[in-house]
Amino acid sequence: MKSLAELEAIRERALKEMSLRENTGKIRVVVGMATCGIAAGARPVMNAFIEELHKRNVQNVNVTMTGCIGVCRLEPIAEVITPDGKKTTYVKLDPEKARRIVVEHLINGRPVKEYTIDEVE
Amino acid sequence: MKDLSLHVMDIAQNSITAGATLIKVSLICCDGFLVFRLSDNGNGMDEELLKTVTDPFTTTRETRKVGMGIPLLKLSAEMTGGSFKIESRKGEGTSTEARFVIDSIDRIPLGNVDETLKTLIMANPEIDFEIKFQSEKSSFELKTEEIKKYLNGVPIDNFEVIDWIAGKIRDGLKVVFGGVLNEISG
Ligand code: FES
Repeated sequence: MKSLAELEAIRERALKEMSLRENTGKIRVVVGMATCGIAAGARPVMNAFIEELHKRNVQNVNVTMTGCIGVCRLEPIAEVITPDGKKTTYVKLDPEKARRIVVEHLINGRPVKEYTIDEVE
Repeated sequence: MKDLSLHVMDIAQNSITAGATLIKVSLICCDGFLVFRLSDNGNGMDEELLKTVTDPFTTTRETRKVGMGIPLLKLSAEMTGGSFKIESRKGEGTSTEARFVIDSIDRIPLGNVDETLKTLIMANPEIDFEIKFQSEKSSFELKTEEIKKYLNGVPIDNFEVIDWIAGKIRDGLKVVFGGVLNEISG
Protein backbone atom coordinates (compact mmCIF):
# COMPACT_ATOMS: atom_id res chain seq x y z
CA MET A 1 0.00 0.00 0.00
CA LYS A 2 1.21 3.47 -0.89
CA SER A 3 1.64 5.57 2.22
CA LEU A 4 1.93 9.28 2.89
CA ALA A 5 5.38 8.68 4.36
CA GLU A 6 6.47 7.54 0.92
CA LEU A 7 5.03 10.68 -0.64
CA GLU A 8 6.89 12.76 1.91
CA ALA A 9 10.18 11.09 0.96
CA ILE A 10 9.46 11.74 -2.72
CA ARG A 11 8.70 15.36 -1.92
CA GLU A 12 11.98 15.89 -0.15
CA ARG A 13 13.97 14.25 -2.93
CA ALA A 14 12.16 16.32 -5.53
CA LEU A 15 12.82 19.55 -3.65
CA LYS A 16 16.54 18.81 -3.59
CA GLU A 17 16.61 18.03 -7.28
CA MET A 18 14.59 21.11 -8.14
CA SER A 19 17.06 23.41 -6.47
CA LEU A 20 19.88 21.76 -8.41
CA ARG A 21 18.27 22.26 -11.77
CA GLU A 22 18.37 25.53 -13.61
CA ASN A 23 15.43 26.82 -15.53
CA THR A 24 16.18 25.32 -18.87
CA GLY A 25 13.67 25.55 -21.70
CA LYS A 26 11.28 22.65 -21.76
CA ILE A 27 10.47 20.39 -24.66
CA ARG A 28 6.76 19.67 -25.02
CA VAL A 29 5.28 16.40 -26.17
CA VAL A 30 1.60 16.74 -27.03
CA VAL A 31 -0.37 13.56 -27.61
CA GLY A 32 -3.67 13.68 -29.53
CA MET A 33 -6.39 12.31 -27.27
CA ALA A 34 -9.56 12.69 -29.34
CA THR A 35 -11.93 9.71 -29.51
CA CYS A 36 -10.21 8.39 -32.62
CA GLY A 37 -6.77 8.73 -31.02
CA ILE A 38 -7.86 6.91 -27.88
CA ALA A 39 -9.41 4.11 -29.92
CA ALA A 40 -6.20 3.84 -31.94
CA GLY A 41 -4.07 3.44 -28.81
CA ALA A 42 -3.00 6.97 -27.84
CA ARG A 43 -3.08 6.31 -24.11
CA PRO A 44 -0.45 3.53 -24.05
CA VAL A 45 1.66 5.73 -26.32
CA MET A 46 1.43 8.58 -23.87
CA ASN A 47 2.21 6.25 -21.00
CA ALA A 48 5.26 4.95 -22.87
CA PHE A 49 6.56 8.53 -23.24
CA ILE A 50 6.05 9.13 -19.52
CA GLU A 51 7.67 5.88 -18.42
CA GLU A 52 10.66 6.08 -20.74
CA LEU A 53 11.36 9.68 -19.71
CA HIS A 54 11.14 8.64 -16.07
CA LYS A 55 13.34 5.61 -16.58
CA ARG A 56 16.01 7.75 -18.21
CA ASN A 57 15.53 10.52 -15.69
CA VAL A 58 14.82 13.17 -18.32
CA GLN A 59 13.48 16.23 -16.57
CA ASN A 60 13.18 18.88 -19.26
CA VAL A 61 10.19 17.38 -21.08
CA ASN A 62 6.50 18.04 -20.46
CA VAL A 63 4.06 15.44 -21.70
CA THR A 64 0.59 16.82 -22.26
CA MET A 65 -2.49 15.92 -24.25
CA THR A 66 -4.84 17.66 -26.60
CA GLY A 67 -8.10 16.93 -28.39
CA CYS A 68 -8.44 16.65 -32.13
CA ILE A 69 -5.33 17.13 -34.24
CA GLY A 70 -7.32 16.67 -37.44
CA VAL A 71 -5.91 13.55 -39.08
CA CYS A 72 -7.84 10.60 -37.62
CA ARG A 73 -6.42 8.05 -39.99
CA LEU A 74 -2.87 8.77 -38.83
CA GLU A 75 -3.58 8.43 -35.11
CA PRO A 76 -2.00 7.96 -32.61
CA ILE A 77 -0.29 11.28 -33.21
CA ALA A 78 2.16 13.22 -31.07
CA GLU A 79 3.81 16.56 -31.62
CA VAL A 80 7.22 17.37 -30.24
CA ILE A 81 7.78 21.08 -29.75
CA THR A 82 11.28 22.20 -28.82
CA PRO A 83 11.98 25.43 -26.91
CA ASP A 84 12.97 27.18 -30.16
CA GLY A 85 9.41 26.57 -31.39
CA LYS A 86 10.24 23.84 -33.88
CA LYS A 87 7.45 21.32 -34.25
CA THR A 88 7.78 17.70 -35.35
CA THR A 89 4.60 15.70 -35.94
CA TYR A 90 4.84 11.96 -35.40
CA VAL A 91 2.07 9.70 -36.68
CA LYS A 92 0.83 6.11 -36.39
CA LEU A 93 2.67 5.70 -33.13
CA ASP A 94 2.85 2.77 -30.77
CA PRO A 95 4.59 2.47 -27.40
CA GLU A 96 7.78 1.16 -28.97
CA LYS A 97 8.05 4.05 -31.40
CA ALA A 98 7.39 6.44 -28.53
CA ARG A 99 10.32 4.98 -26.59
CA ARG A 100 12.59 5.39 -29.59
CA ILE A 101 11.51 9.02 -29.97
CA VAL A 102 12.43 9.62 -26.33
CA VAL A 103 15.96 8.33 -26.83
CA GLU A 104 16.72 9.71 -30.27
CA HIS A 105 14.79 12.95 -30.38
CA LEU A 106 14.11 14.07 -26.84
CA ILE A 107 17.47 13.04 -25.42
CA ASN A 108 19.82 13.13 -28.38
CA GLY A 109 18.08 15.83 -30.38
CA ARG A 110 17.73 13.88 -33.61
CA PRO A 111 14.12 13.58 -34.84
CA VAL A 112 13.13 10.06 -35.92
CA LYS A 113 12.42 10.95 -39.54
CA GLU A 114 10.73 7.73 -40.55
CA TYR A 115 7.86 8.24 -38.06
CA THR A 116 7.14 11.83 -39.05
CA ILE A 117 4.04 12.87 -40.95
CA ASP A 118 6.06 13.90 -44.01
CA GLU A 119 7.61 10.47 -44.37
CA VAL A 120 4.45 8.46 -43.72
CA GLU A 121 2.13 10.49 -45.94
CA MET B 1 -13.73 1.33 -27.18
CA LYS B 2 -12.75 -1.99 -25.74
CA ASP B 3 -12.94 -1.11 -22.07
CA LEU B 4 -14.42 1.44 -19.70
CA SER B 5 -11.09 3.08 -18.91
CA LEU B 6 -10.84 4.28 -22.52
CA HIS B 7 -14.30 5.83 -22.27
CA VAL B 8 -13.18 7.57 -19.07
CA MET B 9 -10.24 9.04 -21.01
CA ASP B 10 -12.51 10.15 -23.81
CA ILE B 11 -15.19 11.78 -21.67
CA ALA B 12 -12.47 13.50 -19.61
CA GLN B 13 -10.90 14.89 -22.78
CA ASN B 14 -14.26 16.54 -23.56
CA SER B 15 -14.09 18.22 -20.15
CA ILE B 16 -10.55 19.40 -20.79
CA THR B 17 -11.55 20.81 -24.17
CA ALA B 18 -14.44 22.56 -22.39
CA GLY B 19 -11.91 24.34 -20.18
CA ALA B 20 -12.72 22.53 -16.93
CA THR B 21 -10.56 23.23 -13.88
CA LEU B 22 -12.19 20.49 -11.80
CA ILE B 23 -13.07 17.02 -13.00
CA LYS B 24 -14.77 14.45 -10.77
CA VAL B 25 -14.64 10.80 -11.73
CA SER B 26 -16.46 8.12 -9.85
CA LEU B 27 -16.96 4.40 -10.29
CA ILE B 28 -19.55 2.87 -8.03
CA CYS B 29 -20.79 -0.70 -7.78
CA CYS B 30 -24.23 -0.81 -6.28
CA ASP B 31 -27.26 -3.09 -6.62
CA GLY B 32 -25.88 -5.01 -9.55
CA PHE B 33 -24.88 -1.90 -11.48
CA LEU B 34 -21.51 -0.40 -12.18
CA VAL B 35 -22.08 3.33 -12.39
CA PHE B 36 -19.52 5.59 -14.05
CA ARG B 37 -19.95 9.30 -13.47
CA LEU B 38 -17.84 12.15 -14.68
CA SER B 39 -18.66 15.76 -13.99
CA ASP B 40 -16.81 18.97 -14.72
CA ASN B 41 -17.05 22.71 -14.30
CA GLY B 42 -16.24 23.47 -17.94
CA ASN B 43 -18.12 25.55 -20.49
CA GLY B 44 -21.08 23.22 -20.70
CA MET B 45 -23.37 22.86 -23.68
CA ASP B 46 -26.65 24.40 -24.67
CA GLU B 47 -29.62 22.14 -25.36
CA GLU B 48 -29.08 22.00 -29.07
CA LEU B 49 -25.48 20.89 -28.83
CA LEU B 50 -26.41 18.45 -26.08
CA LYS B 51 -28.91 16.78 -28.40
CA THR B 52 -26.33 16.62 -31.14
CA VAL B 53 -23.68 14.93 -29.03
CA THR B 54 -25.91 12.09 -27.84
CA ASP B 55 -27.30 11.29 -31.27
CA PRO B 56 -24.86 9.20 -33.29
CA PHE B 57 -26.49 10.14 -36.57
CA THR B 58 -26.22 13.88 -36.31
CA THR B 59 -22.74 13.35 -34.97
CA THR B 60 -21.49 11.48 -37.98
CA ARG B 61 -23.24 13.69 -40.49
CA GLU B 62 -21.46 16.87 -39.58
CA THR B 63 -17.92 16.22 -38.57
CA ARG B 64 -17.82 17.72 -35.14
CA LYS B 65 -14.63 17.24 -33.29
CA VAL B 66 -15.80 17.11 -29.69
CA GLY B 67 -17.98 14.52 -28.06
CA MET B 68 -17.70 11.87 -30.72
CA GLY B 69 -17.34 9.23 -28.06
CA ILE B 70 -20.56 10.04 -26.20
CA PRO B 71 -22.87 7.91 -28.39
CA LEU B 72 -20.37 5.05 -28.06
CA LEU B 73 -20.52 5.19 -24.27
CA LYS B 74 -24.30 5.42 -24.36
CA LEU B 75 -24.52 2.38 -26.60
CA SER B 76 -22.07 0.45 -24.48
CA ALA B 77 -24.11 1.05 -21.31
CA GLU B 78 -27.46 0.35 -22.97
CA MET B 79 -26.21 -2.90 -24.47
CA THR B 80 -25.90 -4.34 -20.98
CA GLY B 81 -29.45 -3.33 -20.11
CA GLY B 82 -28.15 -0.25 -18.31
CA SER B 83 -28.73 3.41 -19.04
CA PHE B 84 -27.05 6.68 -19.92
CA LYS B 85 -27.63 10.25 -18.90
CA ILE B 86 -25.93 13.51 -19.70
CA GLU B 87 -26.73 16.87 -18.19
CA SER B 88 -25.16 20.14 -19.09
CA ARG B 89 -25.61 23.79 -18.45
CA LYS B 90 -24.00 26.47 -20.53
CA GLY B 91 -21.31 28.14 -18.46
CA GLU B 92 -21.62 25.73 -15.54
CA GLY B 93 -20.44 22.32 -16.61
CA THR B 94 -21.41 18.90 -17.77
CA SER B 95 -22.11 15.68 -15.99
CA THR B 96 -22.25 12.29 -17.63
CA GLU B 97 -23.50 9.06 -16.13
CA ALA B 98 -23.37 5.57 -17.60
CA ARG B 99 -24.89 2.60 -15.76
CA PHE B 100 -23.77 -0.90 -16.67
CA VAL B 101 -25.39 -4.13 -15.56
CA ILE B 102 -22.45 -5.86 -13.89
CA ASP B 103 -23.43 -9.43 -14.78
CA SER B 104 -24.31 -8.76 -18.41
CA ILE B 105 -22.12 -10.64 -20.88
CA ASP B 106 -22.06 -7.45 -22.93
CA ARG B 107 -20.40 -5.42 -20.20
CA ILE B 108 -16.99 -4.19 -21.23
CA PRO B 109 -14.31 -4.70 -18.56
CA LEU B 110 -12.98 -1.87 -16.41
CA GLY B 111 -9.63 -1.93 -18.20
CA ASN B 112 -6.62 0.05 -17.16
CA VAL B 113 -8.30 2.73 -15.05
CA ASP B 114 -5.10 3.58 -13.22
CA GLU B 115 -3.28 4.32 -16.48
CA THR B 116 -6.12 6.55 -17.64
CA LEU B 117 -6.16 8.54 -14.40
CA LYS B 118 -2.37 8.69 -14.19
CA THR B 119 -2.01 10.08 -17.71
CA LEU B 120 -4.86 12.53 -17.16
CA ILE B 121 -3.27 13.93 -14.01
CA MET B 122 0.21 14.00 -15.54
CA ALA B 123 -0.90 15.78 -18.70
CA ASN B 124 -3.13 18.29 -16.92
CA PRO B 125 -1.34 19.36 -13.75
CA GLU B 126 -3.38 22.55 -13.53
CA ILE B 127 -6.70 20.67 -13.41
CA ASP B 128 -7.95 19.25 -10.12
CA PHE B 129 -9.22 15.69 -10.18
CA GLU B 130 -11.46 14.10 -7.59
CA ILE B 131 -11.54 10.35 -7.88
CA LYS B 132 -13.92 8.07 -6.07
CA PHE B 133 -14.39 4.31 -6.08
CA GLN B 134 -17.09 2.66 -4.06
CA SER B 135 -18.63 -0.76 -3.61
CA GLU B 136 -20.51 -2.64 -0.91
CA LYS B 137 -17.08 -3.77 0.22
CA SER B 138 -15.14 -0.56 0.60
CA SER B 139 -14.56 2.94 -0.72
CA PHE B 140 -11.64 5.04 -1.91
CA GLU B 141 -11.11 8.72 -2.57
CA LEU B 142 -8.26 10.73 -3.99
CA LYS B 143 -8.23 14.48 -4.53
CA THR B 144 -5.32 15.97 -6.39
CA GLU B 145 -5.97 19.32 -4.72
CA GLU B 146 -5.08 17.77 -1.37
CA ILE B 147 -1.99 16.10 -2.80
CA LYS B 148 -0.90 19.42 -4.29
CA LYS B 149 -1.29 21.11 -0.91
CA TYR B 150 0.73 18.37 0.66
CA LEU B 151 3.44 18.62 -2.00
CA ASN B 152 3.76 22.30 -1.22
CA GLY B 153 5.56 23.49 -4.34
CA VAL B 154 6.77 20.19 -5.76
CA PRO B 155 4.86 19.81 -9.03
CA ILE B 156 2.25 17.06 -9.19
CA ASP B 157 3.54 15.98 -12.60
CA ASN B 158 6.88 15.01 -11.08
CA PHE B 159 7.46 11.43 -12.28
CA GLU B 160 7.81 9.91 -8.83
CA VAL B 161 4.76 11.72 -7.54
CA ILE B 162 2.76 10.46 -10.53
CA ASP B 163 4.00 6.92 -9.87
CA TRP B 164 2.93 7.19 -6.27
CA ILE B 165 -0.52 8.41 -7.31
CA ALA B 166 -0.87 5.59 -9.86
CA GLY B 167 0.10 3.06 -7.19
CA LYS B 168 -2.38 4.57 -4.78
CA ILE B 169 -5.14 4.31 -7.39
CA ARG B 170 -4.21 0.69 -8.13
CA ASP B 171 -4.46 -0.11 -4.43
CA GLY B 172 -7.86 1.59 -4.33
CA LEU B 173 -9.19 -0.35 -7.30
CA LYS B 174 -8.13 -3.64 -5.77
CA VAL B 175 -9.56 -2.92 -2.34
CA VAL B 176 -12.88 -1.61 -3.66
CA PHE B 177 -13.55 -3.81 -6.70
CA GLY B 178 -11.48 -6.93 -6.03
CA GLY B 179 -13.91 -9.83 -6.02
CA VAL B 180 -16.77 -7.46 -6.86
CA LEU B 181 -15.99 -7.16 -10.56
CA ASN B 182 -14.70 -10.44 -11.91
CA GLU B 183 -11.91 -8.79 -13.94
CA ILE B 184 -10.28 -7.62 -10.70
CA SER B 185 -9.02 -10.35 -8.39
CA GLY B 186 -9.93 -9.92 -4.76
S1 FES C 1 -11.35 13.46 -34.59
FE1 FES C 1 -9.70 12.23 -35.20
S2 FES C 1 -8.05 13.58 -35.34
FE2 FES C 1 -9.75 14.81 -34.86
